[in-house]
Amino acid sequence: MDETILQIRNLTVDLPPWADRPQAVSGANLELRRNEILCVVGESGSGKSVMARAIMGLLPAPHLRASSGSILLEGEDLLKVSPARMRSIRCSRISMIFQEPMTALNPVKTIGVQIDEVLALHTDLPRRERTKRIVAMMESVSLSDPLRLIRAYPHQISGGQRQRAMIAMALILEPPVVIADEPTTALDVTTQSQILALIRQIQSSRHMGVLFITHDFGVVAEIADRVAVMQQGKLVEFGDAQQVLNAPQHSYTRLLIAAVPGLTPRESVLNSDALPVLSVNALDKKYRDSSGFFGRRSRTVHAAQTVTLSVRRGETLGLVGESGSGKSTLARCIARLIDADSGSVVLRDVDLMKLSRRQLRSHRKYIQMVFQDPYGSLDPRRTVGKLIAEGPIVHGMPETEAFARAYSLLELVGLDRRAAERYPHEFSGGQRQRIGIARALALEPEILVADEAVSALDVSVQAQVLRLLADIRDRFNLTMLFITHDLRVAAQVCDSIAVMRYGTIVEYGSTASVYAAPQHPYTQELFAAIPGRHWHAPVSAFSDGVDFSNEPTIRSV
Amino acid sequence: MKRADIIEFFRRFSRNRAALIGLAILIIIVIAAIAGPTWYQESPFALAGRPFLPPFGHYLLGTDMLGRDELAGIIYGARTSLLIGLVATVFATLLGVLMGGVAGYYGGVVDEVLMRLTEIFQTIPSFIFAILVVAILSPSIESVILAIAVVSWPPMARLVRGEFQAMRNREFVQACIAMGMTDLRVIVVHILPNCLSTIIVTGSLMVATAILTESALSFLGLSDPNVMSWGFMVGAARDFLQRAWWLCAIPGVAILLTVLAINLVGDGLNDALNPRLRHL
Amino acid sequence: MGLVTERAFYVVRRLLQAVPTILVIVSLNFMLVHLAPGNAADVLAGEAGSATPQYMAFLRHEFGLDKPLYLQYVDYLKNVVTLNFGYSFRDGMPVRELILQRLGPTLLLMGTTIVLSIGVGVLLGLFAGTRPNSFRDNVISVFALVSYATPLFWVGLMLILLFSIHLGWLPTSGMTNISAFYAGWQLVGDVIRHLILPAITLSLFYMALYVRLMRASMLEQSGMDYVVTARSKGLTENAITFRHVLRNACLPVVTMAGVQIGNLLGGSVVVETVFGWPGIGLLAFRALFARDLNLLLGIFFIAACLVIFVNILVDVIYTFLDPRIQLR
Repeated sequence: MDETILQIRNLTVDLPPWADRPQAVSGANLELRRNEILCVVGESGSGKSVMARAIMGLLPAPHLRASSGSILLEGEDLLKVSPARMRSIRCSRISMIFQEPMTALNPVKTIGVQIDEVLALHTDLPRRERTKRIVAMMESVSLSDPLRLIRAYPHQISGGQRQRAMIAMALILEPPVVIADEPTTALDVTTQSQILALIRQIQSSRHMGVLFITHDFGVVAEIADRVAVMQQGKLVEFGDAQQVLNAPQHSYTRLLIAAVPGLTPRESVLNSDALPVLSVNALDKKYRDSSGFFGRRSRTVHAAQTVTLSVRRGETLGLVGESGSGKSTLARCIARLIDADSGSVVLRDVDLMKLSRRQLRSHRKYIQMVFQDPYGSLDPRRTVGKLIAEGPIVHGMPETEAFARAYSLLELVGLDRRAAERYPHEFSGGQRQRIGIARALALEPEILVADEAVSALDVSVQAQVLRLLADIRDRFNLTMLFITHDLRVAAQVCDSIAVMRYGTIVEYGSTASVYAAPQHPYTQELFAAIPGRHWHAPVSAFSDGVDFSNEPTIRSV
Repeated sequence: MKRADIIEFFRRFSRNRAALIGLAILIIIVIAAIAGPTWYQESPFALAGRPFLPPFGHYLLGTDMLGRDELAGIIYGARTSLLIGLVATVFATLLGVLMGGVAGYYGGVVDEVLMRLTEIFQTIPSFIFAILVVAILSPSIESVILAIAVVSWPPMARLVRGEFQAMRNREFVQACIAMGMTDLRVIVVHILPNCLSTIIVTGSLMVATAILTESALSFLGLSDPNVMSWGFMVGAARDFLQRAWWLCAIPGVAILLTVLAINLVGDGLNDALNPRLRHL
Repeated sequence: MGLVTERAFYVVRRLLQAVPTILVIVSLNFMLVHLAPGNAADVLAGEAGSATPQYMAFLRHEFGLDKPLYLQYVDYLKNVVTLNFGYSFRDGMPVRELILQRLGPTLLLMGTTIVLSIGVGVLLGLFAGTRPNSFRDNVISVFALVSYATPLFWVGLMLILLFSIHLGWLPTSGMTNISAFYAGWQLVGDVIRHLILPAITLSLFYMALYVRLMRASMLEQSGMDYVVTARSKGLTENAITFRHVLRNACLPVVTMAGVQIGNLLGGSVVVETVFGWPGIGLLAFRALFARDLNLLLGIFFIAACLVIFVNILVDVIYTFLDPRIQLR
């Protein structure tokens, strides 16, 4: 067994007085060994990122501070060293990789200059030597054409390249300890798998200790040697990856693991002779990026290219793809929030694309949307009751009846009817998503379009909302168009799957058949990139019916 | 707006000492402007006594080169400044919100055309344009208001357009459209209330700029000859700077205090309405 | 395509984009003349009625006031394109000549003001923004707040009162000492002495604006993720401020400086009037006083063109500061 290189003892970080709890991290004990990847897992607000920043001495100055405990890096207490000493430790003996490489890099400086800054600060190497080392480092993080990239600005390269450049910057001085704070969360799944492989490979070739912060158990299963689970600032479980993943001890760990959607598709209960409700025919949408009266050269992005699909009554069709694949544009074209260029969208024998804006208004109620962002999808200045009742009122329902419907819908989505009097900001993210669902259902739509409706939620809340959606669909035989980037989520709700890339559907079939044997190379690539695809959670909220009702993240209304 | 919000707003605003001082100054000026003429029923142009009487004598602020009571001028000037500042701002705000709102909500060609127009109006040297308008239409309260409103709407239009554009893409607005609401309802019921704080803050700061513009116009002699104004008082006393400097200084201080007070209140509104910056 | 040629194309495109702007300004001019109460010829000649009948006839002929409106508009456009703004009756000189004579002093005043206000504004904003809510920040912020609320003409008069009348350090008006007949370096020194007060007067307001903007921008940028990255590299706070935050924080100031050019020219009307600085601002005031609207319209047009030109210049400078700007 390798020696311990970083030791956290009894670390407590105080929160400012206005926060909802007194400590961000309370009494955490952890040790990181040379040559291992230690994953710290937790949901948002668990204190995992605060702990990472505390190690680097990067807590936002007056508001957060480490009040007790110690952080020993090879025996030296980082909480007690002078600021100057801490600066010389950073990057040379311990460095950090951040979540969002676009904002973590200075937009007005080239990649080369930003990496060179580290070498110029911590070494006496002449410029030629430094450039040589930068090029060598960039090659070792598989950045091709380093001489060109050195002169590029962050906005000129892809997200994956940016994260590789960040890694090159963090590793250029070969520090024994690296802290990676959700380094792949902002990336697409295929890029994520490449970056994970890169971190794994560099870690083992240089025998580093990596403290890897993540919220994703798939990622944990992919790369962790050991795992620490955090809940509300406390470390609740700490052990070998195999043991934590397959035989979790603490109830919270079990709950989190159970909430991870499995990759085995749910059994479709779809009636085989159900009739199509919605059919999309040869839909086309181009975006032209041009402005000004004088011919600026315009670039065209094909967001949807002759897309054809149909959805039967009671069916849930999953639109799956990475960012920029056109799946959200397609959904918005179908709901006619965006006007497509050509093609048809036929719902209840009416081509929505042929309707005038005025005619469209009365047809809109048949197709309703649930959105991604639980904070941005509800008007902050209206009460929840008004938000839900407004749709029916606009379509001519008397006010008392509309509010009565709002109350019963609130109960249907698992909220108290008194919630109607409150404003959106008084609810948690998961509760707001429930309100969004109630609002969509208030118009009794034929088809529900859920655009990444669970992507912004923590995994335990995600499981609850997914279950609610499934319940509602089964109860009302509702038809759903489910847009997601997450193949695990899609497996749990969709009857059929359409995989999108560059605005076209590359594969389209029943969920069972696509998951069993993906045909298109891109689909195969997507499946191969799912983190932790070989790991099967020992318990599942989706098949074993783990009870979430007393789960602490649901604040009572 | 709900009641809790209003209470929270006042709590935050009253914590800001500078804004409270500004509000106090502003209240005094407003009272002087409204109640002043009931004490001073004489026209501010009426001759009161010997010319060039220094301040703190029989007349609190002395008399000017023609023997007019300086204090009367200051009080009637407050009326003019506040009136022109407010009315011009209201017109500019209405125009700016209309242009910016339509451009931001509808986008596309409408946006393109309206924003080009806004840009052009922002490019032209606004004060020189205001001078031209007043000079050609002959100086009067109405032409001054028109000139100031015409040159002050573009920043408001750009701001509102930006807000509307952001709101248009917010998911709650998309949800409203998907529910089948009319554009008017979406704009009036959902977008506008969410932009109101920005509009109020910008509008309040616009009043200050409008007062400064008005004073500069009247300093150059472009004010209604029948209405007393602070800029005019400075301009008229300019040739007697050496002999009676206070005749220039006093109206200038009045302008400064008014504009400063409005800016302080505007900044206070901004801090109180945008809790984002609370912990900075 | 190289960066240099790309930038050249960018400038050409910006110049082309300026054409409709200029067209709108010309139309505004035309509209104003015809909006004015009374005959357009009266307006152009000046309402005082002191124009000779010959001049009135000349004007009618020159502006074709007997023709239909659209033809008049076309003629007007032609005149403007050839920079023919007519003849200033009062000064006995073509308007074009009058304006060109006065352009130099105005450009000198404007240039000095831009450098002074941005330089001092950025510096003070930086000092205030690096230590928010400190004593230093409070002093700078109060200074900016008061300067931002002070009318230009009043500052000018008070500066004259203090530095010229009471202390006798600096001249009250003009650009040179006419009675001294300086030449060479002495002349330069004399112009600088005359320039100090007007430049400070005009700078104060804009400086205050840039201080406020720079301070806010510094605060915003220091909360950005790249600052945390820089800190995690082991950089000192000073190095972070100067190497990373400063340039990003300056960007909105440069944008604002471009927007303010037009207002700066307006301000120079007031300041040149107060200090008797012989630029187009003072010319505008005299035209106003003499009700020489033809001259005023010409000044407005030239001023607008100047603003457009300086704006393009600012945008080109911006492309050097921010690599994210697309030249295409």
